[in-house]
Amino acid sequence: MSPTKRTETPRTVVVTGLGATTPVGGDVASTWSALLAGKSGIRTLTEDWAQEIPVQFAGRVAVEPLEVMPKVEARKLDRSGQFAMIAAREAWRDAGFADKNLPAEDGTGVTVDPLRLGVAIASGIGGVTTLLDAWDIFKEKGPRRVGPLTVPMLMPNSPSANVGIELGARAGVHTPVSACASGAEGVAYGLEMIRSGRADVVLCGGTEAAIHPLPMAAFANMMAMSKRNDEPQRASRPYDKARDGFVMGEGAGCLVLESAEHAAARGARVYAEVAGAGMTSDGHHIAQPEPTGRDIARAMALAIEDAGATPEQIVHVNAHGTSTPAGDITELKAIRAVLGEPAADKVCVTSTKSMTGHLLGGTGAVESVATVLAVYHRMAPPTINVDDPDDEVCVDIVRNDARPLPEGQIVALNDSFGFGGHNVVVAFRSVG
Amino acid sequence: MASQEEILEGLANIVNEIAGTDVEDVQLDKSFTEDLDIDSLSMVEVVVAAEEQFDVKIPDDDVKGLRTVGDAVDYILKAQG
Repeated sequence: MSPTKRTETPRTVVVTGLGATTPVGGDVASTWSALLAGKSGIRTLTEDWAQEIPVQFAGRVAVEPLEVMPKVEARKLDRSGQFAMIAAREAWRDAGFADKNLPAEDGTGVTVDPLRLGVAIASGIGGVTTLLDAWDIFKEKGPRRVGPLTVPMLMPNSPSANVGIELGARAGVHTPVSACASGAEGVAYGLEMIRSGRADVVLCGGTEAAIHPLPMAAFANMMAMSKRNDEPQRASRPYDKARDGFVMGEGAGCLVLESAEHAAARGARVYAEVAGAGMTSDGHHIAQPEPTGRDIARAMALAIEDAGATPEQIVHVNAHGTSTPAGDITELKAIRAVLGEPAADKVCVTSTKSMTGHLLGGTGAVESVATVLAVYHRMAPPTINVDDPDDEVCVDIVRNDARPLPEGQIVALNDSFGFGGHNVVVAFRSVG
Repeated sequence: MASQEEILEGLANIVNEIAGTDVEDVQLDKSFTEDLDIDSLSMVEVVVAAEEQFDVKIPDDDVKGLRTVGDAVDYILKAQG
């Protein structure tokens, strides 16, 4: 058994590294500047199969994995695993740690005790393209041609496991699965691992790569996706009257979480504190949001309570806001109900999905990265395409232009909700 | 029918594609696992690719006997005949 250090009072957890590969940028810097500039990453799909399905656009990653990853390595990873590895390496390097968690030949480089290092990278649906491609090969060429790496590539824990192997992490490698709440649950799991004393450093996040005709057709048949084929960049339009469903995106986000004392001991740059998390479930329906929003409100309230924050300190919410007719407004009403007045009149709410599309299991992680940066830079990215706000919009939406956030100690929430009724809210607090 | 040289060249390209090993490093005396960065799963990929390229069958039970590149070249030469 590996040694664990259980602590009496929860430890403070901070964010010291960020990584991302998204439809608007191949790394954190390009993603963040695109989000602040209100740039859409949604494009018409050029693949032949796109002509056969009702939704013909999506948010492909801005930088293809093969541009930054050797082919020999890429062929052993599902596309979702490639995204996760790319984002994880960026986050790890950004935190100031040595590549692969190994010192350089001259002995330099900061490493983490493997027994105190964990990984929690989530996925919504795992290696779905690997699975479907393998089935195509099986049907065309027979069972002998099915690759021996098919299972290790398609299993949902594969991205997390591969990152854990690269870093030699031995405190525990985990893969929360909760549909579109998965990425946020990865962050919440990382927080819990450090608070409980199981680890000092956790590389957490979420990834997804599901732009393939089968999942696209399946989501479209749930009447969940926008069919605005003639205007792909205008299709993801949370809170707008003309919204007609979500837009599929792909990519990954990763965060290095670290106990505050571990970060302080090595003089690490701290982006924000992971102040708390709230997780609830609807107990209602496998695909429909519970209409009163009682449990998403409760998740927000629990996150605020867990963070030891007051409603007045919540200045920003990176909302789930998927651009579906029902869910968007339910969430806004829950924000108003939880914060109450006057906080609900002051909070500025945004949905970065208007630019990135919906990254499913990656979304909560990429949006956690965006929320951390909003707190760190005190700037909330805009929601684009809100040309004509829904009459039921009841909080201040950051429309079109990025908005400065106040000075002083501030807290921001990242909301993520998933099919099955999973509600995960993570709270980030400014430092310094 | 491929010659010994052609089989070696074909295997070198397969190993390069799967493990990234330089083509020149794939020589008859090299061990797949010890010298060429081919683990047991990658070995299955090498075998299946070789079966396809040289139109031979290499049953799973025989794969264990293919320790070096030379073992594989000899096996494929015989299997072709």
